[in-house]
Amino acid sequence: METFSYVKAPNVEKALASADGAKFIAGGTTLVDLMKLYVETPKTLVDINLLPLDKIEKLPDGGLRIGAMVRNSDLAWSEEVKKSYPVLSEALLSGASPQLRNMATTGGNLLQRTRCMYFREPSAGTPGGYGCNKRTPGTGCAAVDGFNRMHAVLGTSDKCIATHPSDMCVAMAALEAVIHVEGPKGKRTIAFADFHKLPGETPHIENALEAGELITHVDLPKPVEGAKSTYLKLRDRASYEFALASAAVVARVEGGHIRYIRVAMGGVGTKPWRSREAEAALMGKPANEAAFKAAAQAALAKAKPQKDNAFKVELAKRCLVRSLKTATATA
Amino acid sequence: MAMDTLPHAAGIIGAVVPRIDGSLKTTGTARYAVDHNFPNLVHAVAVQANIGKGRIRSLDASAAEKMPGVVLVMHHGKIDNVYRFYPHESDGTISEARPPFSDDKVYYWGQFVAAVVAETLEQAKAAAASIKVEYEAETPDVKTDLSDFDGERPESWKRGDPDKALASAAITLDQTYVTPVETHNPMELHGTVAVWDGENYTLYECTQGVVNHRVVMSQVLGVPRENVRIISRFIGSGFGGKLFPWPQSSIAASAARTLNRPVKISVDRRMMFSNTGHRPHTQQRIRLGATQDGKLTAIRHDFFTQTSQLDDFVEHCGEQTPFLYSCPNLVVTTGMVRRNVGAPAPMRGPGAVPGLFALESAMNELAEKLKMDPVEFRLKNDAERDEGKNLPFSSRHLKECWTTGAEKIGWKNRTPEPGSMRRNGKFTGLGLGSASWSAARIPCTASVELCPNGRVCVRCATQDIGTGTYTIFAQVIHAATGVPLDRIDVFLGDSSLPEGPTSGGSMATSAVLPAATTATNSAVTRLLHIAASLPDSPFHGMKPENLAISNGRVMQKGDQQPKVVGVSMNSGRQLSANGIPFEEVLKMANLSGITATGKTAPSFEDPKAKQYSLHSYGCHFAEVEWEPEIARLRVSRVVSVFDCGRIINKGAGTNQMLGAVVMGLGMSLFEETVHDHRTGQPINNNFADYIVPTIADLPDLDITFLDYPDYIVNEYGARGIGEIGMAGVAPAITDAVYNATGVRVRELPVRIEDLLKSTIHEA
Repeated sequence: METFSYVKAPNVEKALASADGAKFIAGGTTLVDLMKLYVETPKTLVDINLLPLDKIEKLPDGGLRIGAMVRNSDLAWSEEVKKSYPVLSEALLSGASPQLRNMATTGGNLLQRTRCMYFREPSAGTPGGYGCNKRTPGTGCAAVDGFNRMHAVLGTSDKCIATHPSDMCVAMAALEAVIHVEGPKGKRTIAFADFHKLPGETPHIENALEAGELITHVDLPKPVEGAKSTYLKLRDRASYEFALASAAVVARVEGGHIRYIRVAMGGVGTKPWRSREAEAALMGKPANEAAFKAAAQAALAKAKPQKDNAFKVELAKRCLVRSLKTATATA
Repeated sequence: MAMDTLPHAAGIIGAVVPRIDGSLKTTGTARYAVDHNFPNLVHAVAVQANIGKGRIRSLDASAAEKMPGVVLVMHHGKIDNVYRFYPHESDGTISEARPPFSDDKVYYWGQFVAAVVAETLEQAKAAAASIKVEYEAETPDVKTDLSDFDGERPESWKRGDPDKALASAAITLDQTYVTPVETHNPMELHGTVAVWDGENYTLYECTQGVVNHRVVMSQVLGVPRENVRIISRFIGSGFGGKLFPWPQSSIAASAARTLNRPVKISVDRRMMFSNTGHRPHTQQRIRLGATQDGKLTAIRHDFFTQTSQLDDFVEHCGEQTPFLYSCPNLVVTTGMVRRNVGAPAPMRGPGAVPGLFALESAMNELAEKLKMDPVEFRLKNDAERDEGKNLPFSSRHLKECWTTGAEKIGWKNRTPEPGSMRRNGKFTGLGLGSASWSAARIPCTASVELCPNGRVCVRCATQDIGTGTYTIFAQVIHAATGVPLDRIDVFLGDSSLPEGPTSGGSMATSAVLPAATTATNSAVTRLLHIAASLPDSPFHGMKPENLAISNGRVMQKGDQQPKVVGVSMNSGRQLSANGIPFEEVLKMANLSGITATGKTAPSFEDPKAKQYSLHSYGCHFAEVEWEPEIARLRVSRVVSVFDCGRIINKGAGTNQMLGAVVMGLGMSLFEETVHDHRTGQPINNNFADYIVPTIADLPDLDITFLDYPDYIVNEYGARGIGEIGMAGVAPAITDAVYNATGVRVRELPVRIEDLLKSTIHEA
């Protein structure tokens, strides 16, 4: 770990004032880990744990406002979330361990960084170091020719194939959350779909945040009336493990036909993967296995497997079909 | 079980006895190796090579040397008082024979190339990170396919003509089975605290063998054995990875002597994936021949096992093959294949665990070909005697293991057709694997002291690696004297004590029992003689052989209480007012204590034991559940039955077996150390990427001990457990997987990508 200075911010104003050249630290569950590995080497850490952003509040329009500092555990067990957005509660509880969820925050989880093994090996440029365009732009991608069983099959580029690891974000993508940020130029909102960036030529740019901007809260739109939602995570072991494939589905069925549908996937994409292709294939269709399979086919049509992860394509399809069954079940 | 309901006296042998050191661990009072701190202590941090093969062109430590707190930088050409240990010419064993920093060559990724010693751990870490090493790197060889090996392949255990028998067999099977590199991940990291006093080394270690560690380190450090003391009172498990010294021990000791200050070094989790051993990759071809009605006629077991560049480590996959079944024609061949990896090490059930995965998988496959029930097939081929050594078995109840396990899991309801069994909307599968592990009585010396404060001390330079050895000693003393457990002090884990066994090979218990018993009986005999001879003694003039010790009191024979329940752990309640406490005898005689020593004679020098084949046996029956719709496989039940002689502590014994089955489940479904093919680095060197079972993965586990004593091994009939619990789990699970999914997995672990090939679907 490199030496760094540490500032505790008592309020948003002070946090923003100290932000120049610094990194905010909330739960620290990713950041501290990466600092120990020399992947993150911030000169200054601004501790935002004192910021008054730890509330979950109902909005006048029926939506829900989640403070950026709300811990994953508190969000998962919130009565409002369990009742109105079960997909979010299920996604949160499928991630990490209770200890990590007690520390990790809503804002921090939006910025969770990949578990790509090569990203986490910092000695690039030396023999034995690995190229990583995400860590050090222009050094190549060691994962493409490396061990890439856990890597992405959707949204990859020849510069980066790292998987976005978050479960929470997959649920939020399906819920069409809106991210509120505050920065040197004032406040603004970012639609969830626009928040995370595809790697393209610039895998080191992971999201739409600009320098010095702080996430203050996340708004969930009013729950869709009559809709059911679900999250399914498939992985190598039963607990405390990243997804090989996951799916978040919000669906409303009327008269046997799908009248509202949002689909997002995890474990397979370079960002939380909203599948508009699957949604298009399902909208207005009868809620049956044939439609679900067609949707799964559509969702993975553009998948580009690597040498060790071709199985993810089939697994993601099965994951999606089962999630759609669950979310559209009438009983 | 509550302490006050323990069976008393001799009844304590075989009971569920809580560990006497348990509260030290649960309260954090037990001090492990790197928990030791001393005034003036400094911290060492090692630097790892980040190439997998090549040589060091230059190493620049100039920045590190100037950094705050740095007191020493060690590297090639700059390490003092470390010598080479020649394993084959001495009575000790080392893990990695090459002394640290002994040349400029790099043989595997992560090899230690330097170390920094500083006042604080943080200073040492920062300085270690600043060391610049330039390499001439070559491409390391970490290929997992071992088929290209063209070196020597010695034959062993050959009998009959296996090739001819295979050629003429009615039914044959020819399959290759692969197990990956698996890394020991005990909870406690490897570490050493070294103290040099100008003449003597004291090394606080996490070792499974304080005696071996002393033998090795006295040579490595170039001082007489008497000048090295190894202390290892508590070990956070080892699984074989802590059997023999690793280089960090030499680095710490050398630095301590150079600096004349205590030095602490810890090998972190990442380093443990390259620097402190692993179970090597194995590739095993099994050929079986049988008659049409299912009698084995030939077994050919040809295996490759991977090792490092410099150390000759063989994973003896064929060890159980010659005697598990009756078969007239058999041969085992071994190929030791070098790769650019760190030295392998024994890992729980070395040889047997991968070996039986192959042999038992092949037996299951052949049973299918024969259209025979796998249990029937085994019963038909059970061996009456050890056909490898041509000796009778000392005690073998493998048939009963199979039939008992089959009964418990409901084997009779199994249908062999894949995907033919369903429950609650899931497919189920049942499978079977047999287990075996060798038994022996290895040498041990222990001393027992009856103390004037009413306590009994027992001393032995063995150690408790978490398996319950402390408690076994206390049970023996209690059984022989009736002194309550809380008045028995067990001293282990110190090489200055009477020489005891390494805790490895599941042989510690069978070794310590005779020595502890002999020492106790000998001390008691002396006590009774003194009691009979003292003028003031109430027993004056009686014959010593008419006296006895019971409940910790000397009394006339016949006055002993009958066996009762109620006091063994708790000295607060006295059972009997007969006789006088043994410490009163010592006081009357003005003795500071009575000490006696007992020895265990090894079975390999015992003419009677040499006439028998000594092994433990067992089997596992596994049940899995399979949901093809989401490719989800879960192990739902494992029933395990063991024939391990008499179990001395059913609590600790069951605990060991549960842990072993869980480890076997991890081997079957999760564990694999992956080396990057370009660098040779174990790339999944952490607990997020190298996965082991969580509690959520655990099935219902059911452990049964048949508990037949084996008196050839020792007078308690105890053989030893630990390793055997893991052997046979993997073939049971993969067979159950086949039964549920139709997919035969011959290369571990079983992965979702294998199971996606299943053609079993919802009806």
